[in-house]
Amino acid sequence: MDNIKDIQKPVAIIDTNTDFEVRSLDAMCVNAATVAEPKWHIIKYFIMGIMFGIILIKAEVISWFRIQEMFRLQSFHMFGVIGSAVVVGMISVFLIKKLNIKTIYGEKIVLEDKKFNKGQIYGGLIFGLGWALTGACPGPLFAQIGYGSTIVIVTLFSAIAGTWVYGRFREKLPH
Amino acid sequence: MSFIEWIRQPWPWYVAGPLIGLMVPVLLIMGNRTLGISSSLRHACAACVPFDIHFFKYDWKKEAWNLLFVAGIIVGGFITAMFLANPDPILVNPKLAEEMSGYGITNYTGIIPSEVFNWPALLTARGLIMIVFGGFLVGFGTRYAGGCTSGHAIMGLSNLQWPSLVATCCFMAGGFIMANLILPFILKL
Repeated sequence: MDNIKDIQKPVAIIDTNTDFEVRSLDAMCVNAATVAEPKWHIIKYFIMGIMFGIILIKAEVISWFRIQEMFRLQSFHMFGVIGSAVVVGMISVFLIKKLNIKTIYGEKIVLEDKKFNKGQIYGGLIFGLGWALTGACPGPLFAQIGYGSTIVIVTLFSAIAGTWVYGRFREKLPH
Repeated sequence: MSFIEWIRQPWPWYVAGPLIGLMVPVLLIMGNRTLGISSSLRHACAACVPFDIHFFKYDWKKEAWNLLFVAGIIVGGFITAMFLANPDPILVNPKLAEEMSGYGITNYTGIIPSEVFNWPALLTARGLIMIVFGGFLVGFGTRYAGGCTSGHAIMGLSNLQWPSLVATCCFMAGGFIMANLILPFILKL
């Protein structure tokens, strides 16, 4: 019975939330594990975050200079990192679907389709401008702070403020 | 060369890229989570300053994994700084170094240029634009686009989502415009 309750709730949220941004709503609701897992298991995401942080730094993708090189086409490095990450991700997702691989809790893996809206164009361009300015997308912001660049805390709070302003004026923006 | 010296070197793209790509299946198999970082900024809003805004009124605790994931990234950065840091300055394309020296940027020991990104710089126009306004654009733009480099470029493209391809192309276009056409003027401030 608990499972049914969990599945029904997200649908209700999607209905009431005029949904321009399907991905994160889905990620939040539909994608939340419905099979009960012990609460402390959430620690695994913390550990994966640590590994992700180490990789981001060792790959130098968190370097402002590497980002500048990328946008000036002066280095292949960033394109190589993102490109090979996408190739590995694609093969993985293909295999998960093809072989019907389940989660470690035996749950079916659900991948929601992203719906197109003009936000991906406008928002994408705006984020691109910010990316070249700060030399960081959201993941690297966190990595840079951990690495010791305390000033990036200001950038992070600005980014949270930007997200908030988007949420506040979302209905008035073209989508 | 000892192991620790070896691992301290910058990792080449063909090592780091596939490792980043592997995050996609690992998170899916671990518990049906899709890779995405910028959502954490939304959850932060939902947790701390939701007010009466519809966009932030949801059960963010269900997404606590995402907040733990980014907390892990901070700790990962710290661990790298402590034990795995590359002792040498970053090697950049000489053309970039030449351009940057024109703006007074010559310090390549950090991951960000200390001449631009530092606390006193917040009082200058250049620092304010790059640190505060830049961050704002990142937060606003990623949410408007519905994802960032991880959610769209890596996770979305892995799942063959064409809206993610559109978003990724726009990220790149915005970056090219800023880096080549606008940033030179900002750096001269």
